[in-house]
Amino acid sequence: MMPSPPTIQTVTQLSYLVAAALFILGLKRMSSPVTAVSGVRWAGAGMVLATLVTFLAFTGASPLNVALVIGAIAIGGTVAWISGKRVAMTDMPQMIALYNGMGGGAAAAIAAVELFRGSEHGIVHLVIAAVGGFIGSVSFSGSLIAFAKLQGLITKSVRFGGQKFVNLAILLVTAGLGFLVVSGMDSGLPLAGLPAVSLFFAFSLLLGIAMTLPIGGADMPVVISLYNALTGLAVGFEGFVLDNAAMIIAGTVVGAAGTLLTQLMAKAMNRSLGNVLFSNFGESSSAGGAGVTGSQKAIEASDAGVMMAYSQKIIIVPGYGLAVAQAQHKVWELTQLLIDHGVKVRFAIHPVAGRMPGHMNVLLAEAGVPYDLISDLDEINAEFETADVALIIGANDVVNPDARANRASPIFGMPILNADKAKNVVVIKRGQGQGFSGIDNALFVLDQTRMLYGDAQAAVSQLIQAVKAAG
Amino acid sequence: MIDGVIALYIFMLAAFTGYEVISRVPVILHTPLMSGSNFVHGIVLVGAMVALGQADTTLLRVIGVVGVILAAGNAVGGYVVTERMLKMFVSAGRKKGPR
Repeated sequence: MMPSPPTIQTVTQLSYLVAAALFILGLKRMSSPVTAVSGVRWAGAGMVLATLVTFLAFTGASPLNVALVIGAIAIGGTVAWISGKRVAMTDMPQMIALYNGMGGGAAAAIAAVELFRGSEHGIVHLVIAAVGGFIGSVSFSGSLIAFAKLQGLITKSVRFGGQKFVNLAILLVTAGLGFLVVSGMDSGLPLAGLPAVSLFFAFSLLLGIAMTLPIGGADMPVVISLYNALTGLAVGFEGFVLDNAAMIIAGTVVGAAGTLLTQLMAKAMNRSLGNVLFSNFGESSSAGGAGVTGSQKAIEASDAGVMMAYSQKIIIVPGYGLAVAQAQHKVWELTQLLIDHGVKVRFAIHPVAGRMPGHMNVLLAEAGVPYDLISDLDEINAEFETADVALIIGANDVVNPDARANRASPIFGMPILNADKAKNVVVIKRGQGQGFSGIDNALFVLDQTRMLYGDAQAAVSQLIQAVKAAG
Repeated sequence: MIDGVIALYIFMLAAFTGYEVISRVPVILHTPLMSGSNFVHGIVLVGAMVALGQADTTLLRVIGVVGVILAAGNAVGGYVVTERMLKMFVSAGRKKGPR
């Protein structure tokens, strides 16, 4: 860091301390619905404070560098502001992946600057810089692949025999290069290390790509959460390198919180993290070989509407299909209509419904559904038995009874919503094919199940008309 | 300034804090919270600014500028989407109870 007068140093350090405290308090407030908005504003205030104070420490920096900093913040900030304001709620998961990847890339850039400079701080700093740079690079390229997959830019999962060994080989090469970089610099050959540093980052980026490509879309929430934690960790490591307490604290807090969140999500799918990363679950077409027999029985919206209008109790199970069709507002309209008919309506949310945990809650909140109508898996599972209709809107694996009963099924053991226990099941689905994960669904061929084919928004609109017609 | 062992203490306490803060969160807030924590690691902006501030060759300036652009994107984008999501929860809460 540029030498600056001691008072400025003190002001800077104390401001970072305040910023770190604001981040933690902000996260704390974000964990309750009532205080959540104020939470992000507290954290935002911390960010603004830390950024402004960093300019104070620039007293020794060249005017060119200061101008570059301001220009770069203006560019990055403006682009992100516009894209963040415009993105549809349904596309949130991939935007979070994208912004997270950018953070990882920034951490890697800091590491690159430190390594190219050849740090004067000794070997421990170099090692930490390199490890942080590695993690940040993996998070950067991996998040970009996750973004591309969710955005539909990459539709195929690349898989081949011995893939794990190829990835392991990339990892070992990266580690070897990292060793070369650090040992070369420690013995005072910074320039000789330049090609090695470049290769080190190239292989780190390659590993992120190679790791993420084979993972199926259904597992992306867990992967994004993992990369979120990794970026936090990388930021924490670079904080050590730069002697910046705000970065250490904020990065580590996110690293720990993100790791816990990732575990919660993997647990909700009854799978270990290793399983998510290294098994080919999630998209392979052969995964459905569990042998579901029977045929799907279609129903017209008018019949389904009458059935629902005269029900006592309906449980709605939303899934990714609802998000894709942007049907959340229509669903709330239907719900209000049914409530006016004296029907008891509840929403059942599976922890991994959609593309992120809580994705469905966000969409329903956007439509204005009050959260006392929304229940999670543990609260509602016993109630399906007393429900007249379970209305499944674009959900698939999370209601597949094979997860309970069929040991051969790839999702055996995953906790599911027991929609099959309802007296009638109406499934809104685009077509007869398998869902996103490519697994056959035993629910769809049960005797009490009727399929309502069509786009979720169109189908729900038809249901609304039918319920209105039913008086 | 922050010597090794002190750094380890900070690291450990921060890790416990992160774990505690998130361990009692209702599922409905998982996505906003993931987004919020994504915003918080946007603090990397500060580090990227320092790295660019002390850059003294063209190569380092290029890397530094890329770093600051990416970091600013993380911080600003993370804030915008988190606030948008959380605002919806507030309005949904106010409209409490169907007719």
